[in-house]
Amino acid sequence: MEILTYPDERLKGEALPVEQFDDELRQFIVELDAFMRTQPGGSGIAAPQVGRKQRVCIVDLTGMTRGKRKKPIPNQGRLLLINPEITEWDGFELGREGCMSVPDYTGNVIRATQIRFTAQDEWGELHHYESEGFEARAIQHEADHLDGLLFLDRLVSRRSDLFQRKKR
Amino acid sequence: MMSNWYMLSLVGRDQSGIVSQVTAALYEAGAALGETTMMRLGCNFTIMMMVEMEGDAEQLTTTLQPVTEQLGLHLHIDAIDPGLHQHQIPDLRVVVHGADRPGIVSQVTGALAESGFDVTDLGSQVAGSVSAPIYVLIIEGVAQQGEEVIHQALQPLSENIEFRVEEIETLIG
Repeated sequence: MEILTYPDERLKGEALPVEQFDDELRQFIVELDAFMRTQPGGSGIAAPQVGRKQRVCIVDLTGMTRGKRKKPIPNQGRLLLINPEITEWDGFELGREGCMSVPDYTGNVIRATQIRFTAQDEWGELHHYESEGFEARAIQHEADHLDGLLFLDRLVSRRSDLFQRKKR
Repeated sequence: MMSNWYMLSLVGRDQSGIVSQVTAALYEAGAALGETTMMRLGCNFTIMMMVEMEGDAEQLTTTLQPVTEQLGLHLHIDAIDPGLHQHQIPDLRVVVHGADRPGIVSQVTGALAESGFDVTDLGSQVAGSVSAPIYVLIIEGVAQQGEEVIHQALQPLSENIEFRVEEIETLIG
C-alpha cells in the first residue's frame, strides 16, 4: 500500500458504496488499518487515499493527547466507517488540518463541532454515532475523501484567525 | 547557467494591479515564483516573493525596472537559500489586543523569545479610531515549553494588554 498524493486524479470524484461485505473487504480493512498506523501522525485514513475508490474510512484517536500537558483528546477509539452518512451538523470551529495526501502543508478549515452519523461495519451492520470536537473533525475530514474532497477544497485564509475557539 | 534564488521585496503606495504586473514581468523573463506573501500595511503595498531565476540580481532588477518605475515601487533583492518543503507546524497562537502604545510588539515577542517560542507567523493591525487607536497582534509559532510557560511569561504584561494563548491542534488525516 502507498498513499496517493495530490494532485493524483484518483483522489478526486465520488467513491463507490460498499455492497459486498465479504472476506476480501475485511482483509483490505485489516491492511488499511495496519498501514494507517505506520504513517506519522495519521489519525485517520480513507480507502481512496490508497487507490481504492470505495466508501471506507477509519478514524482512531486512541492515545492522542493535547498540548505539553498531554491531556487526552476525547474519542471513541477505533471507528471503522463503511458507507458513512453524516446526518446532522451543529456548531462550527476553525481548526488546522493537514493530510497524508498533501505533504508539507497545513491550513485552516471550518468544520462542524458536533455531528451525528451512520455507518456500516465490516459485516454490513448499520450503526448510529455521535461525535464532537477533534474526533468529529477527523470524521468530517475522512468522509470528505469519500466524496473526492481534500482539506485544500475547504481552506480559509490563514489570516482570518479571529474566530474564538471553544473554551475548554 | 545556474538557477538562483532571490528574496524580492517591493514596497510602494497601494494601487490595483501591482501583483499581476510584477508577476507578468517575472514570468515573461523566465523566472519562477516560490512562496510569496503580500500585505497591505496602512495604505502601503508590500510583497515578499521567493523568485528562482537564471542570472544575477542585476538582471532581475533590469527585468522589473519598467514595472517598478511605472508603479513607483521600491525594490530590494537578496540572494537566498530556498529551503522549501521544510514547513514548521505551529502549535500555539497568541492573540494580543489593547489600547495602542509603543512597545507592545517588543514586550510580547521579548517575553515569547525568552520562553523559547519560535514565531512562524506574525501580523498586527492598528484598528479603532484616530483618537482611540487599538492594537491587535496575532502570533503563531512553535512553543518549546508549552502553553503554561507562555502564559506565565506574558502575565506581567496583562496590566496594559489583554492576551489569549491557545493551543493549535493540527489534524493529520
